[in-house]
Amino acid sequence: MTASKRTRIGVAAGRLAGALSRTLTRGQGATISGRVINKIAPNALEELADGQRVTLVSATNGKTTTTRFLATALTTAGRTVTTNSTGANLTSGIAPTLAGAPGPGDAVLEVDERVLPRVIDPLAAELLVLGNLSRDQLDRYGEVHAVSESWRTTMQSHPGVAVIANASDPHVVWAAMPGKVTWVALGLGWRSDAATCPECGALLTWSTDRFDCPKCGFAQPATDTVLDGDTLVLDGTRIPLDLALPGRWNLANAALAVTAAAHLGVDPTQAAESLKSVTSVAGRYMHVPLGDGRSARVLLAKNPAGWTEVLRFLHRRDTAVVIAVNARVADGKDPSWLWDVPYELLRGHENAAAGDRRLDVAVRLRYAEVDHEIERDPVAAARELDGDEVHIVASYTQFSALYRKYGGGA
Amino acid sequence: MTAVRDSAVRIGLIYPELLGTYGDRGNAIVLVQRTRWRGIPAELVEVDAGEPIPDSLDVYIFGGGEDDPMEMAGAGMRESKANIERAHTNGAVVLAVCGGYQLIGNRYIAADGEILEGIGLVDVETRAGSPRLIGELVAAPSDDVNWGEFGPPRALTGFENHGGRTSLGAGVAPLGRVLAGGGNGDGTKTEGVLAERIIGTYLHGPVLARNAELADRIIAWVAGSIPPLEATLEQSLRADRLDAAMVRGVHKWWRDRMLARG
Ligand SMILES: [Zn+2]
Repeated sequence: MTASKRTRIGVAAGRLAGALSRTLTRGQGATISGRVINKIAPNALEELADGQRVTLVSATNGKTTTTRFLATALTTAGRTVTTNSTGANLTSGIAPTLAGAPGPGDAVLEVDERVLPRVIDPLAAELLVLGNLSRDQLDRYGEVHAVSESWRTTMQSHPGVAVIANASDPHVVWAAMPGKVTWVALGLGWRSDAATCPECGALLTWSTDRFDCPKCGFAQPATDTVLDGDTLVLDGTRIPLDLALPGRWNLANAALAVTAAAHLGVDPTQAAESLKSVTSVAGRYMHVPLGDGRSARVLLAKNPAGWTEVLRFLHRRDTAVVIAVNARVADGKDPSWLWDVPYELLRGHENAAAGDRRLDVAVRLRYAEVDHEIERDPVAAARELDGDEVHIVASYTQFSALYRKYGGGA
Repeated sequence: MTAVRDSAVRIGLIYPELLGTYGDRGNAIVLVQRTRWRGIPAELVEVDAGEPIPDSLDVYIFGGGEDDPMEMAGAGMRESKANIERAHTNGAVVLAVCGGYQLIGNRYIAADGEILEGIGLVDVETRAGSPRLIGELVAAPSDDVNWGEFGPPRALTGFENHGGRTSLGAGVAPLGRVLAGGGNGDGTKTEGVLAERIIGTYLHGPVLARNAELADRIIAWVAGSIPPLEATLEQSLRADRLDAAMVRGVHKWWRDRMLARG
């Protein structure tokens, strides 16, 4: 592309710094390499994004899949698309992605919730897709409200940027409100992190399909774009979402992606059609061979909201389940969220506790009266369980290790 | 010591949607299960935000929360202060963790000087401080306090994540002495507060999942003599976490290690 030598050097140096940092197990390689890129080539993102129509996708859960869905819809429609398909969602991941762009076109970029406000200007983003905000990595980031507030400030200073946002998440609604928003009602999922009104602090009242603040009038915005079961109603048109990926949460990701694709000029029905071709996203939903003729499907769950969705899905299936949990820096070092997740749903299944924090998991399962084996390695654990279908639900670093080993991932 | 009771032990989880940031529901689950596994009926009573806190519970569990929810919870607790005090006088136990611990004290003074009034159940005061104290926390329980028939539990393990600097009033006993981590963070190397049937602490994990012995002392306080209960898995977790905490307090640790592992 047209990147200057300085930018190319900056991107390369940033990658190197990130790799070194990871090797030295400081953990936050991506943040450090982002800083290096900024230092050496402060205008790297501006230069690299030149010629791209940039869409940013952010959320606590589902941003990687939503990004893949949107990129797939645009590619299928014949557009030239650049996307960070491996989930490298900090400045350090975005810069090399853009550096590798095949040419001018659409850039669909997943971006970390905390990085979003910093890259919107350098990338001259034209569209934001905002999914959900919930508790994640408590020890590192603390408050959901702080992220919501930083988004809101960004919206206030960027009134011209278009936004596709989840109307069913109070934190997202409050953040996106000042912007030029197309709301999508995705239905109420996890509400445990949104008890109080983000505007005035009063208790929100929740009904089956909406939230309201009785004090200041803050409420779920009205919209004609609604996820209804496995159908997206887009401005009154019913579009079936027939996905290869499992779970209600992926229907929500798809609804956002199709709405965004429509905004970018793609026929929504064709966009929805194209999503069927997505069978695995950066290792999510990949199959790991167990060596005995069976394979285990790998699901990623990073926080209580994600785990709760996954367990509701597994609960309805006849499947053995390995719960593989680490609590390293990238996972969040405090796994006390295990107690906010309804592991009781696994009663009657064959289960195993795995990962660095398998004892924390095992104690949680004991109190949930859920039978389980204990085995550090998740694949070995999966092998020990009976049943034709096995799922490994993995926290972030457990998942990454499986992806590196079995998925050819980075 | 009261006799083993036949009415259900009522474990109260107060404002779980406001004070539940750090897996605080876990403390209630552990108490309910460890009580039931002994053949004593137990009931989990959730008090929703906005509702008065009744005086009829046997255990009151207050957890941690974010800023706005904590303010909201504080208002509710102040309104129900008389009920909580009456219940405690009549034998109920209070377990307050992190934000809940700050709220059972006299007040919390935020970084901008704003004061959030507590319910003054214990004579402690918390100021916002920095840096935030985050990581494994180990404390040797105070042994000059009446723990009941079991005596003090062995070293307590948990994970702390708070910016509070909590100072104890004159004559107020801490829950324990810090072996690794920050604890009350006010320079006294103490952790939490321990008064008659009241525990305030920065230990989460949740604390009762990490420390079955502490859970059993709370159950004995409300249910009287209780039979011992197998806790091999819980003790394995505790040992695992104590070893992990060595990384945080390695020097002090070697001195206190034997005490901690018991
Ligand atoms: Zn309000």
